[in-house]
Amino acid sequence: MHMLEVKDIHKSYGDLEVLKGISFSMNKGETAVIIGTSGTGKSTLLRCINQLHPPDKGEIWLDGVNITDPKIDINKIRQKIGFVFQEFNLFNHLTALRNVSIGLEKVKGFTKEKAEKKAIEELKRVGLKDQAKQYPAQLSGGQKQRVGIARALAMDPTIILFDEPTSALDPELIGDVLDVMKSLAHKVAMLVVTHEMGFARNVADEIIFMEGGVIVESGPPKQMFQNPKKARTKEFLGRISTLYGKD
Amino acid sequence: MESLPSLLDGLYITLILTFISLIAGLFLGIGLALGRVYGGKIVSAICIGYIEIIRGTPLLVQLFIIYFAFPSIGITLEAIDAALLGLSLNSGAYQAEYLRGSIQSIPSGQMVAARTIGMTKLQSIKNIVLPQALRISIPAWSNELIYLLKYTSIVYIIQVKELTAEGKFIAAETFKFLEIFAIIAIIYLVLTIVFSTIIEKFEKKLRIPGLGEKAKIGLRNAL
Ligand SMILES: Nc1ncnc2c1ncn2[C@@H]1O[C@H](COP(=O)(O)OP(=O)(O)O)[C@@H](O)[C@H]1O
Ligand SMILES: [Mg+2]
Repeated sequence: MHMLEVKDIHKSYGDLEVLKGISFSMNKGETAVIIGTSGTGKSTLLRCINQLHPPDKGEIWLDGVNITDPKIDINKIRQKIGFVFQEFNLFNHLTALRNVSIGLEKVKGFTKEKAEKKAIEELKRVGLKDQAKQYPAQLSGGQKQRVGIARALAMDPTIILFDEPTSALDPELIGDVLDVMKSLAHKVAMLVVTHEMGFARNVADEIIFMEGGVIVESGPPKQMFQNPKKARTKEFLGRISTLYGKD
Repeated sequence: MESLPSLLDGLYITLILTFISLIAGLFLGIGLALGRVYGGKIVSAICIGYIEIIRGTPLLVQLFIIYFAFPSIGITLEAIDAALLGLSLNSGAYQAEYLRGSIQSIPSGQMVAARTIGMTKLQSIKNIVLPQALRISIPAWSNELIYLLKYTSIVYIIQVKELTAEGKFIAAETFKFLEIFAIIAIIYLVLTIVFSTIIEKFEKKLRIPGLGEKAKIGLRNAL
């Protein structure tokens, strides 16, 4: 049994059919990278997976549970699906520490002390122990994003969804965030939408190329980069490599 | 100076009217703002309707309805209670609009993020949206306090003996119009300055580090 199974997901906004039947699966601890031009439905797919925007058709199974079942307590399921945003979306009125601990306290019912203790551990994991008392507006973009990752990690998710986590960062800050993500590989499953081909090549177990609301091709990085089956994949990877550098 | 005790009585009523209406209006305002922003179609329409009716009619007319017209449908209120109710209902509508502006100025991604860690909508509103929205509303709230302080004087028309009413009574008896009204004006002025200074301190203290002063929300004109 796969940890995550996405089965024939369809999603429309009004008359616009964005996802036209997406299916794939992931194993425990695996890292999959989704690539594709903008407007292709990558963000929509992530939002379907954690039911921020429930799909119109199709099923999503996580750890053997059909989470698209309307009877399910979605707030419980969401704790198991972390989400990291391009725009960070930190809670502006809370310190880095409280950003990480508030979910533990309010959602998991930890005491404040226990929640903050665990939050400190998570901040250490992303290299921000010293910034615990700082507010989001006092952090750099890269630090903000690492708090965002710590916030997701704190809930002990089985999978974290990343929606272009480095796209809003200055180039010199991207590395720190990618390093943190790399350090999580095989500890927690990650489904990452990104244009960082170096990360895709070196960290991903699987690369999924999406276009026009369908998966054009998927496979391990080696196959995708060296031997793509579809001409379209080859063309896209060629273009993106010149844009974003080979590694 | 023998008129001082009754002026103090009036001042006491004025302060009671101001603070109770401000607090009651705050709770009403929070309910209305949340209903308007997060409620379904019907709840939101009811909130908008209420806010527009209150803001679209004079406070004096609202007070007359509560004090003079309510008895005909079986609700008879003491003048002071009618004044409290009228001012609270009125302030609630204005505070709702300040708060709505604050709520809508908070980036919606924060609410989304709260939901992704498993918070319910209610938890997200309580823990993420409201603490920020209330902070942003503090300057508007200060303005509302001063507005209420001065507009409580209108309730002398329904026989509530607040500061202005007492002053008018004393002035009519002693013919010392200038002295009495000058004293009253100074009392309002001092209170206004004291209150705004206190709230400004409070606002600075609660300001989120690293964030600059927030954009101003459209306020009702506190003349
Ligand atoms: N909430 C929404 N309402 C309406 N249309 C949307 C919404 N979200 C995304 N879309 C549309 O769906 C398409 C795919 O968007 P998105 O999933 O964000 O693509 P990607 O992340 O691959 O760039 C776009 O045409 C976008 O305009
Ligand atoms: Mg996107």
